[in-house]
Amino acid sequence: MQRYSLFSLARNALSGHRNWARAWRSPPLQPAYDVVIIGAGGHGLATAYYLAKEFGQKNIAVLERGWLGGGNIARNTVTIRSNYMRDESIPFYVKSVAMFEDLTRELNFNMMHSKRTMVDVVQTYSRMRELRRRQLTMDIYGSTYEPISTEELRRRIPALTGGGPDARLPILGGMVHTDAGVNRHDAVAWGYARGADALGVEIHQKTAVQSLIRGADGAIAGVQTNRGKVRAAKVVVAVSGHTTTVTETAGLKLPLRTMNLTAFVSEPVKPLVDVIVNCPDSGFYFSQSDKGEMVIGGAPDAGQSFRRDIKQTVFEDTVTAMLSLFPAFQKLKLMRQWGGHLDIAHDASPIMSKTDVAGLFITAGWWGGYKAIPAGGLTLAHLVARGEPHPLMAAFTLERFRHLDFVMESGTTTAR
Amino acid sequence: MLLIPCPFCGPRNESEFAHGGPVRARRPDPDAVSDAAWVEYLTVTPNPQGPVQEHWWHVRGCGTWLTLWRDTTSHDIVKGPDDA
Ligand SMILES: Cc1cc2nc3c(=O)[nH]c(=O)nc-3n(C[C@H](O)[C@H](O)[C@H](O)COP(=O)(O)OP(=O)(O)OC[C@H]3O[C@@H](n4cnc5c(N)ncnc54)[C@H](O)[C@@H]3O)c2cc1C
Ligand SMILES: [Zn+2]
Repeated sequence: MQRYSLFSLARNALSGHRNWARAWRSPPLQPAYDVVIIGAGGHGLATAYYLAKEFGQKNIAVLERGWLGGGNIARNTVTIRSNYMRDESIPFYVKSVAMFEDLTRELNFNMMHSKRTMVDVVQTYSRMRELRRRQLTMDIYGSTYEPISTEELRRRIPALTGGGPDARLPILGGMVHTDAGVNRHDAVAWGYARGADALGVEIHQKTAVQSLIRGADGAIAGVQTNRGKVRAAKVVVAVSGHTTTVTETAGLKLPLRTMNLTAFVSEPVKPLVDVIVNCPDSGFYFSQSDKGEMVIGGAPDAGQSFRRDIKQTVFEDTVTAMLSLFPAFQKLKLMRQWGGHLDIAHDASPIMSKTDVAGLFITAGWWGGYKAIPAGGLTLAHLVARGEPHPLMAAFTLERFRHLDFVMESGTTTAR
Repeated sequence: MLLIPCPFCGPRNESEFAHGGPVRARRPDPDAVSDAAWVEYLTVTPNPQGPVQEHWWHVRGCGTWLTLWRDTTSHDIVKGPDDA
């Protein structure tokens, strides 16, 4: 692998940047691998990387129906944080945030990580109670959450001029999560892809899995793709909103529903907001990108959806809510809008698990799962390699449904 | 924006409705079915790329509840398998 450094940058500048090595290979597709991972998004690529790096597995293929990093990882609003609710969730996300902060060094790829704090704007007493409750649990696991007054909130976010005493929902105060940050989503996909490739992992783009193949004993035997059959004794489904589409072909029924989550960005403006602002009672959140755009997210569409655009109703509701707290944003021109389909589990916690089909693993239910990519990849690799769950994700297997022992989570910002 | 057919008010804008979730199978007697069937009833919703049956509530209209079939890939309201 060609290392990236100031020196390599200078050297390549001398030759007009025409001699950079390719970041990953495009090898021919083999008929069989030890492990096949379906989906070259954040979770699939990170799982491949850690399987090769931490667990010594070499014969791995990642199959991607489009291009790597072109799924939800390209559509997300890059909020990285650990202010979740449950004892099971918080340590997992604390680990993931820490791994993200070290990822530039780990992968020798500039993640442009910007640790910048998330501030919740609280407008109802029920929310205030829920967040204070989260604070007590987060304290145990070393995640940060502190209440601040409305005055302090307005000092930290000068553009927050709405939500006064006469508003329908006056601001009651805020919560500050200093661990939160944003980074560059493409770098995460490309960094893991390049790192995995250097360790021998094969990434096959334009390779769509059409169905799972089971052997005579019922165990997984491989996958059928548009480029032919690929055999493997272990198959990992890492396809985000399409989990059930893929697992249905092996006759599995999973507690997952697919929904469309949306976002939009404004034209770039001068630095205005230096924290991630989350307004859960009004139903939107945003941060300002390094380029100056406001990156804004709202609630999902009502009901299940495999669409990837934003519905006019959802868009208008989100904009209306935003203008009630940030009236000056009325002058912002909005540039682009999009959606992505994500699956959410019955209890809103992720599922990283073996399945009833021996050798078949899933990583799913990633509603807000960008922040989970490093820890999700590491712990899933542990499960796939060792056959036993990693302690950080042991609560997130399918076993919990068998025992009706749900891990009901409310830390997923916009999920209802 | 969906145009939802209310049996009392006719076709009305989606913004007058609240989504009431998917229509579920009839609740079984937990003592009469296997544990697996009970867990499936509680946790599993059909998740097709295609028609799903769901409840909608005309909350900012006449207040009635209705069910419809909607295609998850297009959001079009479609004929369900039992519709004539
Ligand atoms: C608008 C929006 C905002 C978001 N904001 C945040 C946020 O601020 N913070 C956060 O933590 N998370 C956020 N998320 C969630 C986050 O994007 C996802 O949880 C995460 O990207 C999912 O994991 P992934 O990267 O592996 O998925 P993806 O990038 O979707 O990867 C799955 C891959 O599988 C491929 N695939 C699917 N089917 C097949 C098949 N049959 N064969 C082969 N390949 C297949 C797809 O093409 C895709 O590339 C947001 C999501 C959206 C849509
Ligand atoms: Zn009506």
